[in-house]
Amino acid sequence: MPSTIVSEEIELIHSGKGPGGGNFSGDGGDGGDSGGSGDSSGATRVPQRAYVTGMFIALAGILMFFMAFVSAYIVRKGMPNSAWIPLQVPRILWLNTLVLIASSITLGRAHNRFKAQDEEGFRHWWATTTFLGVLFVAGQIIAWRQLAAQGIFLATNPSSSFFYVFTGAHGAHLLGGILALLYVQFRATRKVARGTAIEVVSMYWHFMDGLWVFLFLLLYLGR
Amino acid sequence: MSSHAHAGGSTVHAPMAEPSGFIRKYIFSVDHKVIGIQYFLLALTAVVIGIVLSLLMRFHLVWPNATLPFVSGGQMSQEQYLALVTMHGTIMVFFVLTTAPQGGFGNYFLPIQIGAPDMAFPRLNMLSFWVTFLAFVSIIAAFIVPGGAPISGWTGYTPLSGLGEITGPGEGWGQTLWIVSISLFCLASLLGALNFIATTIDLRAPGMSLMRLPLTVWGWFVTAILGLLAFGVLLAGGILLLLDRSAGTSFFIPAGLVVNDQLQAHSGGSPILWQHLFWFFGHPEVYIAILPGMGVASHILSTFARKPVYGYRAMAYAICAIGFLGFMVWGHHMFVSGMSPYSGFAFSVLTMSIGVPSAIKTFNWLGTLWGGKIQFKSPMLFALGFVSLFVSGGLSGLFLAQPAVDNMLHATYYVVAHFHLVMGVAAIFGIFAATYFWFPKMFGRMMSEPLGKIHFWFTFVGAYCIFMPMHFIGIAGGIRRYADASAVGFLAHLQPVHQFMTIAAFVTGFAQLFFLFNFFYSLKFGPKASKNPWNATTLEWDTDSPPPIDNFGGHYPSVYRGPYEFSVPGAVDDFIPQWVEPSQVARAK
Repeated sequence: MPSTIVSEEIELIHSGKGPGGGNFSGDGGDGGDSGGSGDSSGATRVPQRAYVTGMFIALAGILMFFMAFVSAYIVRKGMPNSAWIPLQVPRILWLNTLVLIASSITLGRAHNRFKAQDEEGFRHWWATTTFLGVLFVAGQIIAWRQLAAQGIFLATNPSSSFFYVFTGAHGAHLLGGILALLYVQFRATRKVARGTAIEVVSMYWHFMDGLWVFLFLLLYLGR
Repeated sequence: MSSHAHAGGSTVHAPMAEPSGFIRKYIFSVDHKVIGIQYFLLALTAVVIGIVLSLLMRFHLVWPNATLPFVSGGQMSQEQYLALVTMHGTIMVFFVLTTAPQGGFGNYFLPIQIGAPDMAFPRLNMLSFWVTFLAFVSIIAAFIVPGGAPISGWTGYTPLSGLGEITGPGEGWGQTLWIVSISLFCLASLLGALNFIATTIDLRAPGMSLMRLPLTVWGWFVTAILGLLAFGVLLAGGILLLLDRSAGTSFFIPAGLVVNDQLQAHSGGSPILWQHLFWFFGHPEVYIAILPGMGVASHILSTFARKPVYGYRAMAYAICAIGFLGFMVWGHHMFVSGMSPYSGFAFSVLTMSIGVPSAIKTFNWLGTLWGGKIQFKSPMLFALGFVSLFVSGGLSGLFLAQPAVDNMLHATYYVVAHFHLVMGVAAIFGIFAATYFWFPKMFGRMMSEPLGKIHFWFTFVGAYCIFMPMHFIGIAGGIRRYADASAVGFLAHLQPVHQFMTIAAFVTGFAQLFFLFNFFYSLKFGPKASKNPWNATTLEWDTDSPPPIDNFGGHYPSVYRGPYEFSVPGAVDDFIPQWVEPSQVARAK
């Protein structure tokens, strides 16, 4: 009876992949939001852990990207004729850094509220995080304007070049994070996928926070 | 027998519906198989352009004063020759050697070989192809902008690449487009790498443990990790270089630089910094090009020798070791950059240590062949050719890895011969082997065997005729980027060698028409392929040729054994596929 043997174990593993044909659309952070297509099976064939794995991998790539800038900074500054004039980092950066660290704390709160199934609390802290993120970016732009007012631009000195490159690259990544926060707040509605989206976005946000603290210390202590 | 065997251990679901409409199905498709073929066709286009450029270079080296109809001014200038060098290298390295084995075959076969219905992130997959396509458009556009294509080589060394038009034609718009193209390519490759890694980690079929992965999957997996860690660094370098060119920063441009009697307004940058950033990517890139070929060679040698891969674990670990060491040896491209002899020594020792895993692979390939019932089909011939070229090209690497020797040979044709054999032609042979091997699965028809054999012998002998004599020119001091060596006293007597190589290059180049004809003719008129024409063992042969949209037609395979169970003692067939349940294996009584 060769064709009748169905191992239960295998059946179990497959059940996670879901019977809903045609719903294999999972991508990005949303875990395949079916978008009201009427498919109520609630499962995609991509296991939710793949999104967490994917974020870990993405963060490794992003880390290498920033470390390339950091090593360029160290090498360039150490050149014998580097023409390096240390940059006085604008004082508002201290405030910005505190705001970003605070946003990580509120994000942790939001995540906890979500786990406690406190939807209102979650939305409150999540929105607070988004607000703090926007505040940080605004603060960075103010820092740029302060430097520009002093006549310090991208090409003024290698130290200012690196300052703009670091803050610009990090700011661009953080804007992406704010978009992801907004997405979770307003679009991610399906239960299973939402938990994954919250986890993945949190990973990204905390990483960007830690990365900024590192870059700030580099710009401040390593100037 | 194997035909009815898979029904046992797998669940059956309703098959997925195919998207309707030409554009969703073939252009902006999220199906990894369509995307794989898109990558493959992109690489095929690129390789034709790359070969034409190289033939033009070979022609110019032998007949530098010939009048050419399509060259403005009739005769090719030295700058135009350098533009050919740059574009040949860039197109071949990025859009052929990186695109075809990983983007093409990796995309198509990695999900199927691990029993997944698609990549983990299909839309990301589509995005990475179309960004690659934009990168290709950008590099091709460099031919037609004012000033033409860039002349700074595929490595884009600063300060030549960082100053704009003043350093030569093609260094204006052309060089900018080059940087844009490479940066886009980096972005696309990062997205692709993310997808490959997540898919391999999380989407394997039940029973597909890491030590049951086909070695092809090991190759693609480790290649993706290399890409993930390397492309971001080049992307960062590209951004800094672009800023140097267009925003007046001084990351790479030193102070007091005078070009064409004009003092350049830059201060204190480091051209060597660009080299470090470039080669930190550039050396892993070499393995990005060759590791998939190694996987394919192992896979095909085992299948056509009807023997398990000798030392499977050692092969998998050797791929990992090569990938790991590949990140620590970039300095051997820079021995003459004035680096400390101590650094040079460290890079030298690490470089030579790559010989250990490479030798493990080579001996295990030979061990796989030893005592096998070898079938000399076209894929097998190209896989054997891969091993031969990899050894021939790899051995000269041991000489170049020593700073004292490299001081002599740096920037000579010896280096050109070395990397063309080991990275260029060997990887191309891997691509050819994969094409002949998987064509039946991808397009449902067989390719012509006689044409494949003719193609192989012309290409194999031709490649050696081109690149073996090149070593001697290099040892004699032939500089790799001279547009015309006939005017150089100590090199003039080597022109007959150049002539021989050029003739060999044209013969080999035209022999590729056998392949192109075979490919397109077989697409339409080749005999129909069965599910498993090679009697192979991995999961892609468990499904139709070509596979349905969800790869296995609504059922998911389970895996019961390693990937290379050939000629198992006691079994009736000389192969036991991965998907056959142990109780279903026909055994001799």
